[in-house]
Amino acid sequence: MATRNIAEFAKEIRKQTLYTIGNLGVGHIGGALSIVDLLALLYGKVMKVDPANPLWEERDMLVLSKGHAGPALYATLALMGFFPMEELSTLNKGGTNLPSHCDRNRTVGIDMTTGSLGQGFSAACGLAYARQLDEKPGYVYAIIGDGESQEGQVWEAAMFASHYQLDHLIAFTDYNKMQIDGKTDDIMDLGDIEGKWKSFGWHTQRVDGHDVDALEAAIVAAKGVSGTPSMIILDTIKGKGAFFCEGQVGSHSMAFDLAKAHEAMERLG
Amino acid sequence: MAAREMRSIYVETLIELGESDERIMVVEADLMKAHGTTSFSDRFPGRAVDVGVAEANMVGVSSGLSLGGKIPFAATFGCFASRRAFDQFFLSANYAKLNVKLVGTDPGITAAFNGGTHMPFEDVGLMRMIPNLTIFEPADPVSLKALMKQSAALWGCTYMRLPRKGVEPIYQEGDTFTLGKGKVIFDGDDVTIIAMGAVLVAEAIKAHGILAQEGISAAVIDMHTVKPLDEELVLHHARKSGAVVTAENHQVAGGLGAAVANYLGRACPTPMRMVGIQDEFGQVGTQAWLQEYYRLTADEIVAKAKELLARR
Repeated sequence: MATRNIAEFAKEIRKQTLYTIGNLGVGHIGGALSIVDLLALLYGKVMKVDPANPLWEERDMLVLSKGHAGPALYATLALMGFFPMEELSTLNKGGTNLPSHCDRNRTVGIDMTTGSLGQGFSAACGLAYARQLDEKPGYVYAIIGDGESQEGQVWEAAMFASHYQLDHLIAFTDYNKMQIDGKTDDIMDLGDIEGKWKSFGWHTQRVDGHDVDALEAAIVAAKGVSGTPSMIILDTIKGKGAFFCEGQVGSHSMAFDLAKAHEAMERLG
Repeated sequence: MAAREMRSIYVETLIELGESDERIMVVEADLMKAHGTTSFSDRFPGRAVDVGVAEANMVGVSSGLSLGGKIPFAATFGCFASRRAFDQFFLSANYAKLNVKLVGTDPGITAAFNGGTHMPFEDVGLMRMIPNLTIFEPADPVSLKALMKQSAALWGCTYMRLPRKGVEPIYQEGDTFTLGKGKVIFDGDDVTIIAMGAVLVAEAIKAHGILAQEGISAAVIDMHTVKPLDEELVLHHARKSGAVVTAENHQVAGGLGAAVANYLGRACPTPMRMVGIQDEFGQVGTQAWLQEYYRLTADEIVAKAKELLARR
């Protein structure tokens, strides 16, 4: 695959995510837009995947544990050619292949079914264990939310990955500092999030989640680590890039129409 | 024949399966010693994973192992396998259409000294609500081995109830079993006893003898697989006897009794009685004491059978 201009790819993903949700009229726009730069980098440059052979055994795999960000991943996969762009207009409609939360059995390119927070992260750990046991090449990537990090299961899985030295597991926390009920600091303070991951035995980095160069450097560094899994905490902005919801708590799930989506798409340039 | 520890058969079968299929794995949540699967771990290092005291993660990790091409047998006490890890088993394993073999040990009163907190009377009821899940409870060491092998060969999730301790064989080596098909132990005309699991299948056999002495001909079916239910067999015997007693080490609401009644109510309404837990919590005690307390006995099966016959 030709190397993409990641910034341009991210812009396209943002536009298609806005279209996908705006076309339906409601959805999880905030937490979808906050991970777009990461998705652009992963699929546009970092991950070994083949849209023509989506179940390729030796591919890198991604578990989007914060499954409600599915629309951003669908936009990414469609732009990559995993399925036709037209499918994006079917989000959440009866019989669609694109449900609100990720479903491995419905959507080409989706590696794991997620939606009940915390669960995807455990599955990513089991997957990484299986691949390590089989000495398979490639990496397992996982994306969790900051609100999701309030789930106990995340920390059960964190211990597991560290204990079994799953160094081909690279995880990201989308630290946009907001959840449904408000700011994470106010609802359930995550405290020293970096310190938590470090104390669980993870190689831990923290970067600006919208700076793709910094993000790429962090992934390269994570790949250089042996014997421990990696957590990259992304400082992000919920709703990043959409003028009508950027930085707003209410963007977790919000209603907006196609006209507003188009306006936001135009403003992205 | 002498009783054999069910956990010994469990691990023996796992090792046998593991020898011929390297995808077979064991996943435990700090009950590896209690289940005896340390010998699997010794035989196949790396293919036995202990996640520590973290049942939700155990099922989540098992789902990921399945996604990576493995066939994980994940075991914990039935109370935790069902109540604590239900959402994980529901979503990450079943809804995701993966291949996780979940095992709930110490079903019902076999939890004995661990008491009410650890006594699953509701696990089958919860599990029955999961679409397409295969749920079974072998009644003896011979059927355990046969049914486990079929479970491993089947693509898709299964839930097995497994007492850990000694169970006397009911069957002979070489007897055949089919997951999803009830095993007729005795044919009979007057009443049909449909039982599940080691405790109640053994009691049903005793009840058959007691009834026979009084000239009552009772069929006894070991309904090891409660889902999918062997409807054809249930219908055949319900029509023949016109009286059905179910017997299980579980709440009758949600368990085998409910499954049979749900089917017969639609297909062939038949007078029924249900031996099992009648909307009660578990409690501590010896298994023998609990069996009497909750009336999971041959005498109770006989009494219920006679109640049905008295209606005629």
